[in-house]
Amino acid sequence: MQRTGAHAKTRVFTIIVVLSNAFGNFALARGMRGRVTASALDYLAAIFTPWVVLGISLLILWLLSRMALMSWADLSYVLPVTSIGYVASALIGRFLLNEQITATRWAGTLLVVAGAVLVGRGAPHSKGSL
Amino acid sequence: MALVVASTVLGDLLQSLEMKRHGEIHDFHPRGWARLAGALARKRFLILGIGFMAVSFFAFMTLLETADLSFAVPISAATLVFETILARFVLKERVDARRWAGACLVACGVALLAS
Repeated sequence: MQRTGAHAKTRVFTIIVVLSNAFGNFALARGMRGRVTASALDYLAAIFTPWVVLGISLLILWLLSRMALMSWADLSYVLPVTSIGYVASALIGRFLLNEQITATRWAGTLLVVAGAVLVGRGAPHSKGSL
Repeated sequence: MALVVASTVLGDLLQSLEMKRHGEIHDFHPRGWARLAGALARKRFLILGIGFMAVSFFAFMTLLETADLSFAVPISAATLVFETILARFVLKERVDARRWAGACLVACGVALLAS
């Protein structure tokens, strides 16, 4: 397989993967909040609410963009780099849900960003991989 | 919990393998999507990979019913580490010092993030 490295494409898809995951989870959680899901009928009712529809759509986008990214980038590249999603979720929790971020969590955020940037600066594809 | 880790790892591995085999996706016009979907649907490993992903999702949901969210973190950290190791040996990726260091940083960061 020839070397691919169109980094712009990689960056774009990484951003899509991260944001669709973070906002998808947020929308889904928002939609399911306070709902009672005792029966299958309850789930069915929940699925047709706007927030849940948005959440599911975003998560589908997440899955597809992730698969596309994996068609040229290594798994050992994709995993750390898309872990920025954890930071995105934490930030969403802080600014959209007023959750507290402790010093420990900030430290964790820094570590995740450091790891993601470190791997992100390398090549997405390694020669000789399957 | 082990089921979640195992199925997540397997799912991602298989997906990565099959998508790479398919080759880089160049054309993103909607015209090509149906053909792409058809080609991918025939790849058994990919279907299997997605199946494992589904298993991992439901196992995770089930786990959430009885335990609280704090265990979700070791699972994320563990799957990241396992998958990186397997990427090296099964997918034959070149996992250099940069990637190992990055994976460790992320695993530690994730552990701190949810505490």
